[in-house]
Amino acid sequence: MDYIDKSIIMKKINTRRWMNGFARGLFFLATSFGLVVLLILIARIISQGIGWINMDFLTGKLSTQVDKAGIFGAVLGTFWLMVVVAPITMFIGVCTAIYIELYMKKGKFKSIIQTNISNLAGVPSIVYGILGLTIFVRLLQLGNVVLAGGLTMSLLVLPIVVIASQEAIRAVPTHLSEASYGLGATKWQTIRNVILPAALPGILTGAILALSRAIGETAPLVVLGIPALLLPFPGGILDKFTVLPMQIYYWTLDSSLTAEYANLAAATIITLLFFLFFLNATAIFIRNKFQKKY
Amino acid sequence: MELNNNIKKDKTLNVRDLINERKKSKTISQYIEKMVPHFLKIVTAISILTTCFIVFTLLTETVSFFKQVPLLDFFSGTKLKPLSQNPEFGILPLVIGTLYSSLIAMIVAAPIGLMSAIFLSEYASDNLRKIMKPLLEILAGIPTIVYGFFAFTFVTPLLKMFVPGLETTNILSPGIVMGIMIIPMIASLSEDAMHSVPNSIREGALALGATKLEVTLRVVIPAALSGIISSFVLAISRAIGETMIVTIASGSSKQLTFDITQSMQTMTAYIVEVTSGDAAAGSTIYYSLYAVAMTLFIFTLLMNLFARYISKRFREEY
Repeated sequence: MDYIDKSIIMKKINTRRWMNGFARGLFFLATSFGLVVLLILIARIISQGIGWINMDFLTGKLSTQVDKAGIFGAVLGTFWLMVVVAPITMFIGVCTAIYIELYMKKGKFKSIIQTNISNLAGVPSIVYGILGLTIFVRLLQLGNVVLAGGLTMSLLVLPIVVIASQEAIRAVPTHLSEASYGLGATKWQTIRNVILPAALPGILTGAILALSRAIGETAPLVVLGIPALLLPFPGGILDKFTVLPMQIYYWTLDSSLTAEYANLAAATIITLLFFLFFLNATAIFIRNKFQKKY
Repeated sequence: MELNNNIKKDKTLNVRDLINERKKSKTISQYIEKMVPHFLKIVTAISILTTCFIVFTLLTETVSFFKQVPLLDFFSGTKLKPLSQNPEFGILPLVIGTLYSSLIAMIVAAPIGLMSAIFLSEYASDNLRKIMKPLLEILAGIPTIVYGFFAFTFVTPLLKMFVPGLETTNILSPGIVMGIMIIPMIASLSEDAMHSVPNSIREGALALGATKLEVTLRVVIPAALSGIISSFVLAISRAIGETMIVTIASGSSKQLTFDITQSMQTMTAYIVEVTSGDAAAGSTIYYSLYAVAMTLFIFTLLMNLFARYISKRFREEY
């Protein structure tokens, strides 16, 4: 007597294999969906804005007249923002990562700090905006200048830098540091001369990604009250400023009244995406070129 | 040099004495060695301080708000009229707006994200995966303001052709675009979870005659479920806190409505509107900002803690 009825199995196997093939196609379509939308988004923005990009647009002042408007002030503002955010986040982020990874003992306190940092990474950006408004703009009386915006953005992207630096430090193999200790180096000497140089590519990659998050972020700056039409160019970190995303925001809002503003916004988006592409390409380059495999 | 001279003078050299001698002499480097951990500790405190500052500022101003508006009116009020003669501050319209936009986003992102994760982890060849995954992650790197622009100038006009009666600002379009934005987040985190399911289990099921689909649905997904659910929760939390897309594309109607073709305001969009309006410090509107932000903060904090808890507590260890 057969325990297995082959005819039934043969009958079922076809459906099961067909189901598998169908699901495979469906899953592939789902994955492609995101990519297709990405393609549409980029194609749409380029076709809408590329005709508006020229030297006058890139180097001109903001204006209420559509065909005279330029974004040089916003480009400068983004630059000054990076000048504030990059050193602050790098310094605080790396110091925090070193302390947590290399000095703290395992235990409750360490896990509290770790949870705290990953929670900070999940706090909505607009809440950081309110924090910046209350502390930097109102309490410290800085006003809505580059420094206030930069400090707010620094706090926002700090968790990203800390987490990336921690991973980079953890990836440095222990035999390197043990060799250093074996030669009689102290802990700080080992960190400075062995661990940090080995972890630097990873840390830099994380820092650049954090920076690209900071220059694309809009919500906290809206809360800080960045003006819609700012004519003078910012010349330092204590000047009032505007950035590319803010300009996109205002022009998108204006586009419901005058359709041409949408084209200006699209042109500004191309500029911003170009910046971001450049930053990310640098990060990938650093990672591939300098990251050592141990 | 000094050391060499010493060695030449007395032939019998005691290393231990040398070490002790070094230890006694206080050099700058030893001072640095001692001070570095203290310095690092102070810098590390900044991250703790940030949390304290957030909680403290939100809490103090929220308390001032509730001195002017009763707690019950805030949480159960269905009317939000901050600018009228008799202002009313019910948060319900904002909560509904936030829930709707996140729900629409999840309806788009959860199936597509999960299916993408399955394809990348189970079906795609290594080469295809290496190309598709980074491409998909570009979606996550695009600034939200760009999505807002896309929703407002492209998706809404497009949807108007299919959905009759769709307003120029509505909750449907930003919800869908927000869903597209969080697809890579769900795909990436779920894929990580599925990837960590050991191959031996898959091969066991395949050896019993299961098809790849059956292995995926009955073996891999149950094993990776904690990671998948936690990716969903994180995605919802991200959608709740998302600001620019909804601000631009969903407008600022504070009417309590359940119609997704209408404009709804989310908590984040309310904060943007109030701060853009330059509310005078000390007014009730100004304080309402903090009460809404506090609600938002607590919502997202709970979600994040919950996601962490799930992925830790229910993780299958192999």
